[in-house]
Amino acid sequence: MDIVDVKEKWTNAINTVTIGATKDEGGTRGSTVTVGGETTLPFLTGEGEIPNRPVIAGIVVDVVPEGWPDILKAAIGDVVNSPAEWAQKCVDDYKVDLINLKLAGCEPAGANASAADAAKVVKDVLDAVDVPLIIWGCDDENKDNEVLPECSQAAKGENCLLGPTTESNYRTLAAIGQADKHKLIGEAPVDINIAKQVNILLQDAGFGLQDVVMCQTTAALGYGFDYVYTIFERVRMAGLKGDKMMALPQIAHVGWEVWKIKEAIADEDVLPGWGKLSERGPRWEATTAAGYVQAGADIVALAHPDAIAITREMIDEFMAG
Amino acid sequence: MIFIGERINTGFRDIKQAVTDKDPEPIKKWAKRQEKAGATYLDVNLGALSSKPEDMCWMVEAAQAGSSLPICIDSNKPNIVAEAIKVCRDKALINSTTATDEKLDAIMPIAAEHGAAVIGVVMDEDGAPKDANKRVENAGKIMAKAMELEIPTDDVFLDPIVMPLKFMQEQAKEILSATGQFGLFSDPPPHIVCGLSNVANSTTNKSLISRIFLAMAIANGMDAAICDVMDKDLVNAALTAELVMNREIYADAYAKR
Repeated sequence: MDIVDVKEKWTNAINTVTIGATKDEGGTRGSTVTVGGETTLPFLTGEGEIPNRPVIAGIVVDVVPEGWPDILKAAIGDVVNSPAEWAQKCVDDYKVDLINLKLAGCEPAGANASAADAAKVVKDVLDAVDVPLIIWGCDDENKDNEVLPECSQAAKGENCLLGPTTESNYRTLAAIGQADKHKLIGEAPVDINIAKQVNILLQDAGFGLQDVVMCQTTAALGYGFDYVYTIFERVRMAGLKGDKMMALPQIAHVGWEVWKIKEAIADEDVLPGWGKLSERGPRWEATTAAGYVQAGADIVALAHPDAIAITREMIDEFMAG
Repeated sequence: MIFIGERINTGFRDIKQAVTDKDPEPIKKWAKRQEKAGATYLDVNLGALSSKPEDMCWMVEAAQAGSSLPICIDSNKPNIVAEAIKVCRDKALINSTTATDEKLDAIMPIAAEHGAAVIGVVMDEDGAPKDANKRVENAGKIMAKAMELEIPTDDVFLDPIVMPLKFMQEQAKEILSATGQFGLFSDPPPHIVCGLSNVANSTTNKSLISRIFLAMAIANGMDAAICDVMDKDLVNAALTAELVMNREIYADAYAKR
């Protein structure tokens, strides 16, 4: 009996986005990172083309927030106090593909670092490493409207991935993205309709969708993961079916969210049945990342070195088909 | 929704003059305008002005000079189609073949050879069918020929033949019913298209009739139309109908402003 071939044939490819600019391209990166270009669902290499594997961005924070888990700080080491050295460790030791610089220090309720401070960190990190850079704001809208333009300027020519862009700040981000020639992260709060709306608004503001990577406010496993996962899938399928507004690469800010939850950081004596603290957090982070890459994340931002190693090995295996 | 912009047609005075004078500017202008308005393809129609393939080729090249959109070659003369498709920069759409053996044997192989998509109009030797059943029967013939030549379903566009509402009002329901049945031919279904302007022929409420008919056709499964893409109300009606049918993801700014 012949088994029916159930291979899907999608009609549209996902956009390809390159982050980073080498000397020939006006930047100073030693390498660039290209994501997207899929003509099928994640890892179904037998069904279509997957020209670019999902990449791992190492999270580096400008000023580590108070209350950042000790277990994570210990795993990374003293370099958490020096973004440039931390970035170097991410590249040299953890072998990440690019750096995700989270400007948490700019949060008004936190260290309230200035735009100038943030811009200096951007420059320091760019000087310290050769890989492309993602610049992620502090998520306070008013502050980011000051901080991101200055950081964008500081990184002019490096073709960074800048964000997040929302329904309220898209005009500013579109302007600086165009002026300083960066790619943009288009973000929505776990809402596919708003995600599409942000893309339409960016396009209307003159910023081409071929330079956008989509993001949903990322949820850790157990904290809304299934909602975000479902949206990633819906976006990816809509894109493959022909919706040009949804045919964009996607990014998941995994590490930043996972290390806030109790499962990652609660001591063993508090939760004895939950296993060794040193393993729990990284595994939670890697499992969350595993889910998202299978749903359509082309970039996952991770913090713990063990999570990075596990995730890379997993992507190797998935890509081997 | 696949919008096939109909404006580059020698039925319009400025296009007729452009082809006669071999002045590409009006064609380039309309190519650009239709692209801006949201067209997916540019229909290029030489009409009765000339039967020379080189004139059609000239029109196609002029349209391509004004826009990055693919071309819909509007001719049922095999010799014209065969020449015009060679100058198409992108994957072309051939408009059209009928369901007669003569046309199927002449036009479909050109599509297969060039990897082009093709519109099959459900007309046969007896002319335009009077009811849904005959339309479906003729569509079946077109689908069979496509399968025989291994033309992928995604490259087949079935046209149920839209008729003027004013003169053949009873046909509208048959057309909608046929549209619905065309969608059952395969999974995923072939595309379903119509030459929309025909429906409001000689009426005084052209725009209103066109957009309501198109919305109703979309509800029955139509996903492409050769139409006046410059009519914003028409385009927005189609985009809205697609949201209602859950074929597109909603966003607040979905409509053309």
